[in-house]
Amino acid sequence: MPKLKIDGIEVEVPPGTTVLQACEILGIEVPRFCFHERLEIAGNCRMCLVEQEKAPKPIASCAMPAADNMVIHTNSPRARKARQGVMEFLLINHPLDCPICDQGGECDLQDQAMAYGFDRGRYRENKRAVKDKELGPLVKTTMTRCIHCTRCIRFATEIAGVEELGATGRGENMEVGTYVEKALTSELSGNIIDLCPVGALTSKPYAFTARSWELRKTESVDVLDAVGSSIRIDARGPQVMRILPRLNEAVNEEWISDKTRFAYDGLLRQRLDRPYVRRDGKLAPATWDEAFQAIAERMRGLAGNRMAAIAGDLACVESMFALRTLMDGLGSPHRDCRQDGAAIDPTARAGYLFNTTIAGIEDADFCLLIGTDPRWEAPLVNARLRKRWRRGGFQAARVGARTELTYPVEELGNDPSILAAIADGAHPLAERLKAAKAPMLILGMGAIARPDGAAVLAAARRIADACGLVRDGWNGFNLLHTAAARVGGLDAGFVPASGGRDMAGILAGAAGGEIDLVWLLGADEFDMGRLGRAFVVYQGHHGDAGAHRADVILPGAAYTEKDGLYVNMEGRVQEGRRAVFPPGEAREDWRVLRAFSGALGRPLPFDTLDQLRRRIAAACPVLASRETVAAAPWALFGVAAAVAAAPFRLPVADFYMTDPICRASTTMAECSELYVRGEDARTGTHG
Amino acid sequence: MLDDKDRIFTNLYGIHDWRLAGARARGDWDGTRELVLKGRDWIIEQMKASGLRGRGGAGFPTGLKWSFMPKSSPDGRPSYLVVNADESEPGTCKDRDILRHDPHKLVEGCLLAGVAMGASAGYIYVRGEFYNEAQRLQAAVDEAYGAGLVGKNACGSGYDFELYVHRGAGAYICGEETALLESLEGNKGQPRLKPPFPAQCGLYGCPTTVNNVETIAVAPTILRRGGAWFAGIGRPNNTGTKVFCISGHVERPCNVEESMGIPLRELIEKHCGGVRGGWDNLLAVIPGGSSVPVLPKSICDEVLMDFDSLREVRSGLGTAAVIVMDKSTDIIKAIARLSRFYKHESCGQCTPCREGTGWMWRVMERMVKGQAEIEEIDMLLDVSQEIEGHTICALGDAAAWPVQGLIRHFRPVMEQRILAYRSERLGRLPPARAA
Repeated sequence: MPKLKIDGIEVEVPPGTTVLQACEILGIEVPRFCFHERLEIAGNCRMCLVEQEKAPKPIASCAMPAADNMVIHTNSPRARKARQGVMEFLLINHPLDCPICDQGGECDLQDQAMAYGFDRGRYRENKRAVKDKELGPLVKTTMTRCIHCTRCIRFATEIAGVEELGATGRGENMEVGTYVEKALTSELSGNIIDLCPVGALTSKPYAFTARSWELRKTESVDVLDAVGSSIRIDARGPQVMRILPRLNEAVNEEWISDKTRFAYDGLLRQRLDRPYVRRDGKLAPATWDEAFQAIAERMRGLAGNRMAAIAGDLACVESMFALRTLMDGLGSPHRDCRQDGAAIDPTARAGYLFNTTIAGIEDADFCLLIGTDPRWEAPLVNARLRKRWRRGGFQAARVGARTELTYPVEELGNDPSILAAIADGAHPLAERLKAAKAPMLILGMGAIARPDGAAVLAAARRIADACGLVRDGWNGFNLLHTAAARVGGLDAGFVPASGGRDMAGILAGAAGGEIDLVWLLGADEFDMGRLGRAFVVYQGHHGDAGAHRADVILPGAAYTEKDGLYVNMEGRVQEGRRAVFPPGEAREDWRVLRAFSGALGRPLPFDTLDQLRRRIAAACPVLASRETVAAAPWALFGVAAAVAAAPFRLPVADFYMTDPICRASTTMAECSELYVRGEDARTGTHG
Repeated sequence: MLDDKDRIFTNLYGIHDWRLAGARARGDWDGTRELVLKGRDWIIEQMKASGLRGRGGAGFPTGLKWSFMPKSSPDGRPSYLVVNADESEPGTCKDRDILRHDPHKLVEGCLLAGVAMGASAGYIYVRGEFYNEAQRLQAAVDEAYGAGLVGKNACGSGYDFELYVHRGAGAYICGEETALLESLEGNKGQPRLKPPFPAQCGLYGCPTTVNNVETIAVAPTILRRGGAWFAGIGRPNNTGTKVFCISGHVERPCNVEESMGIPLRELIEKHCGGVRGGWDNLLAVIPGGSSVPVLPKSICDEVLMDFDSLREVRSGLGTAAVIVMDKSTDIIKAIARLSRFYKHESCGQCTPCREGTGWMWRVMERMVKGQAEIEEIDMLLDVSQEIEGHTICALGDAAAWPVQGLIRHFRPVMEQRILAYRSERLGRLPPARAA
């Protein structure tokens, strides 16, 4: 344990600590641009220079390992002079266009210049101008502002796993770019905007729309995949202006996917802002009363078991619990939150959670992927897997379709029968799983959202048992969800009650005339044609597939517009918070359900969100916790049966088009066209 | 003056055969096997006794440097020798003559240095522009392989040592040892952060020592004749012989091997036919390649050519490339040209050098014309000091020192230039109208 003295204070730090980290332990702030704790050390900005006694010149504290008997001065005249020099150099070729720069107000260079800059320049020569680079529809560049800290290069290379950014040229002609101009092919590319300490990389959709200091900041949680990334929603007036990541070591560290960050413009389009009732085959605007009456009329005299409810992928726990309570009251046992038909067994929580936890991936040394493409299904889970792989001593293998995952994966083939072979020990992988110290498997929705899904689930469970994936203090069995609502729905009991129909049963019943009324809670991801002649109530926020099919539309609130609980794939209950109000007459979903129950004359037993949450906690104790993950007991789940030979299909066909919000977003549409559909999608009428 | 019997580079001028047969006739590869068999400790001890200091410019004691290499490798990492033949310092052309006229001295030196540091392989990184030199060096390496002098069981000593010649792509910065390693690995030539030093983590993350061509090439002779012989030449702490490269305004520019500590005036007058127009026509000398501060004639009269003497006069021996400038020289323009060189060769990695070298060059260009303010001389000095010592590698220092030397010794010239420019402009301005 090296002991050193910083600004007169003695401190003992663990070996391998840098001087800068030692300063931070003491609460001494050392300015920096290039250093970032999640990236490799570059040491090139020279802003963190400190004075070390007996050293001939100032040292870069970010790169210098703390050693015994070092005497460091972080604020001596020499250190300050060195930093002032560096600041002056950074500013001579910086355009100083802060008034028209989107980074203004949250710019490291601006902040540090307040501390180390001069009030006037000594540079009388012409400033450098650099041609902007085109990095795609998400990242806007103003390369003249670049201070060459190389954070973006290191992020792309190390964390995103795409070696596409680099520096060309040398000396003052050095430029950051892609050499051959192209958009960054990473689903994490937006993070370089946050990493850029100046305004060289800014958000293209957000460009010139707001100033950071006029935004109202709300800490919330993302629902566009099942990771549950911590986000900050920045809003002005009634509008979400941008979405940024929030630090959460257990889930998303400090990154978010491009979908999480950029889909917010979809919140403005295709919105359901008033109730509609279908009259003479056409949806016509209506009042809340008229809409409620239309549903109540249809329900009158209808037996409970001729009604059903389906919850979509973005629903919060409260709305699902309220709808479940309503349907229970009406005597309907038919409900499901698995609109993709995934054969999840709702009785065993360990059977539907990402038990290892996302942070726990870093303890694993072997990962078997089954029918999943984590890069598109949960980019931050993929980023963790890559982080683990970069540290070394980690192997990944996959049964399923091949995709590029940013780390090497041993592709075993897309043959479901391999699962049984592994479980029986007939496949060589079985021995390797057994030999691993902390093996894990990740089962994707693509593997179980198929007719024999329960058998696949059972086979995966058998592998977990046979190969020792579940041991003391370690559970290597993981389901990779794609829907933010899924675990919450399973926990809240939004699954068939006894004698009830599941998703397939409801659709069959609707088609066969046995189900007369279907309540869709934001459910859009299945073929509406299969609902037959049933009366459809669509409660949700976007005019997507479900709304088009609906007989009555009840406008609800999107995730940025309500306080709601979401349970991520690990079983972590997180609170989303309202940043703006729902548009027009739209209301929070639990309020809509409460109001409808009143109109029906069967009021639900809660009047406030608090009362509702207390009821939820009473009914489902796991939902009383917040931000923590409790290990679920290992139990039996799945149905042992033969697995069909059909290859696994991936659940996400287009990363940028997975839900109603994304489908309404023009930014996501641009990304989809650029990254997914490519040139093939272009027709003769495209410009 | 150095006796002929004490000369190491006996074919510096290429008048004899450079091939193996010729080299053997001059005494190279003589008893190499026995030297290898004496072992690494003996070699390092002799090198330490010789007092040899690195010939690449920094002057670090070679024996000490070699002794930093790990004696054993618990983690199985091999050790490497890397020879820096990326000779790009303006004014310097000593390694080039060694490569083309006496390559076997280098090849033999690589083997012995390799033994001294327990290296399994050596890489000679040759400047990209030295195409013919690299060809000749490669031919010498091939000859040595053919004669069993290097490779498996080198010289029949039982020691395995592979040797590779690698050509750079012509970037000055790749002469910096860690940038050289980056370039050798196939990356962009940018210096690495130190620590870790190459002796702990160098080429491909393995213990590595990087030495200059001349340092390695003199090693076999030192080992054959004994460290004490080498230490007996020159002055204490500045021992041995050194190849000086004298260029510029002398009658006969040349490379010459001389003893360390030879007076500068003697060096120029004995070997180069003196300064053009006589010693009194001397304006200034850059004594050690473009990176070191310039010395005015008054210092040149007395100064000795070695590390410590030149440091005392706030310059440096550097690569011992003596650039002589007579009174016809526009000294400001000469230094401005060097500033342009450093601006062009800065790798762009760290801030002070990337931004500062361009700034200095632009101010220097104005200084050449006198199109500046007197106060800007001090500003220029301040800028150079903001670069110096604040960068990852020494290129920042190298860019700052010539400018600092200029200001230190020729400030009146700069001021005069500014005043002259101003009075010329004022003279051309229309006379002020009476109010």
